[in-house]
Amino acid sequence: MRVVVDSDKCCGSGQCVLTAPDVFDQRDEDGTVLLLDAEPPAELHEAVRQAVTLCPSSAISVVED
Amino acid sequence: MTSTETSAPQYPMQRSRPLDPPTELAEIRSERPVSRVTLWDGTQPWLVTRLEDARVVLGDRRFSADLRTPGFPMVLRAQQALRRPDDVVPFIRMDPPEHGVFRRMLTRDFMIKRVNALRPKIQEIVDGFLDEMLAKPAPADLVAEFALPVPSLVIALLLGVPYEDHGFFQSRSNVLLNLESTAEDVQGARAALDAYLGDLVDRRLREPGDDLISRLAVERLATGELSREQLVSMSFLLLIAGHETTANMTALSILSLLQNPDQLAVLRDDPTLIPGAVEELLRFHTIVHIGLPRVALEDVTFGDVTISAGEGVIVSLPAANRDEEQFADPDQLDVTREARRQIAFGFGVHQCLGQPLARAELQIAVETVLRRVPTLRLAVPTEEIPFRTAMAIYGVHQLPVTW
Repeated sequence: MRVVVDSDKCCGSGQCVLTAPDVFDQRDEDGTVLLLDAEPPAELHEAVRQAVTLCPSSAISVVED
Repeated sequence: MTSTETSAPQYPMQRSRPLDPPTELAEIRSERPVSRVTLWDGTQPWLVTRLEDARVVLGDRRFSADLRTPGFPMVLRAQQALRRPDDVVPFIRMDPPEHGVFRRMLTRDFMIKRVNALRPKIQEIVDGFLDEMLAKPAPADLVAEFALPVPSLVIALLLGVPYEDHGFFQSRSNVLLNLESTAEDVQGARAALDAYLGDLVDRRLREPGDDLISRLAVERLATGELSREQLVSMSFLLLIAGHETTANMTALSILSLLQNPDQLAVLRDDPTLIPGAVEELLRFHTIVHIGLPRVALEDVTFGDVTISAGEGVIVSLPAANRDEEQFADPDQLDVTREARRQIAFGFGVHQCLGQPLARAELQIAVETVLRRVPTLRLAVPTEEIPFRTAMAIYGVHQLPVTW
């Protein structure tokens, strides 16, 4: 799985950080998404998919292997 | 289907049970999930009731949140009166890209890590007000003694609004949120809060403190990125949204747990369930009960219904959060349910900016009350609890409790 984020679309709701804190964080300057791990291990895939669903501004997408 | 083929019921509807949305909403959701309703001014916007459709309307740029767009529905009679004489539009009623410019000035203050750093302070505030309540003889009003002062003090500290003025801003906020307030009342309350916050902005510009309004004054107002009017409008939104919503969610959460002692016992035995329970309480109560207004910018089709460009739309958050296709047995409070799909904070780029703070306050308040006051119970029968039926934010006016 490869994770792609679009910080222009991000509205800083923090849903991704709550859902998959090992994969996502927020930038100190403006709270927008900071991708920590673009190729997360398999055990985090479900959480990443949930983050995609919960992101209110469609700022996260995944490319499945 | 045209509006003449089906009736367009009056909106908003009345609740028949205090903790459940109006029963008509469930009928509409199952029979005609996107259908017209009639507002006080005779306009007939579309009401959207299913969770999936709600996510589309709120998350899709074909729908505008800009109140200057023709066709924008005026759900409340006094809504027009909230427009400022200088015509400054609050950023929650703007579309991208304009909206993002303002929102991004605020997002960092509500980041997960910032809010997590505030948790010890929130715990201290929660314990402080609870200590004061418990030191007095029972019964007590949990709203006045606990549910309202906790988020009021937290947002006041964050914004740099002197907490000793809480009587002033709470009473004006009550007028603004009362659906029965006249346009004059609303204008008066808005003007009073604007004048108060305008003075505060000027003061913070001269003598900045360690707070959000000071930072915006120094970094954005002084540099010309933000007008004084827009900073006042932002402060106004944060102050009202920051205390009324969390206050009412706190009181309703405690009430519904007291009414469901089995659920309360589950949480008391295993506090690690609290964060999940808060999601379920947000879903179950959905205090922004009149929904969110939008207007279509293009034709958009839902099943056999087409919303045409220029038509108003109201997304019913309570209907979407009780959608049986998304939540099994949706009218049952179940604190162990996976409820994070709930949209009590809205959806799309306008989703509640303060949601990490609201979650932290609710988690800490609920956990602390359950742990510290195991004998807590209602001091009056449920029928005597005054529910906020006429308020834009649902909740209870008072919650008499004893212990």
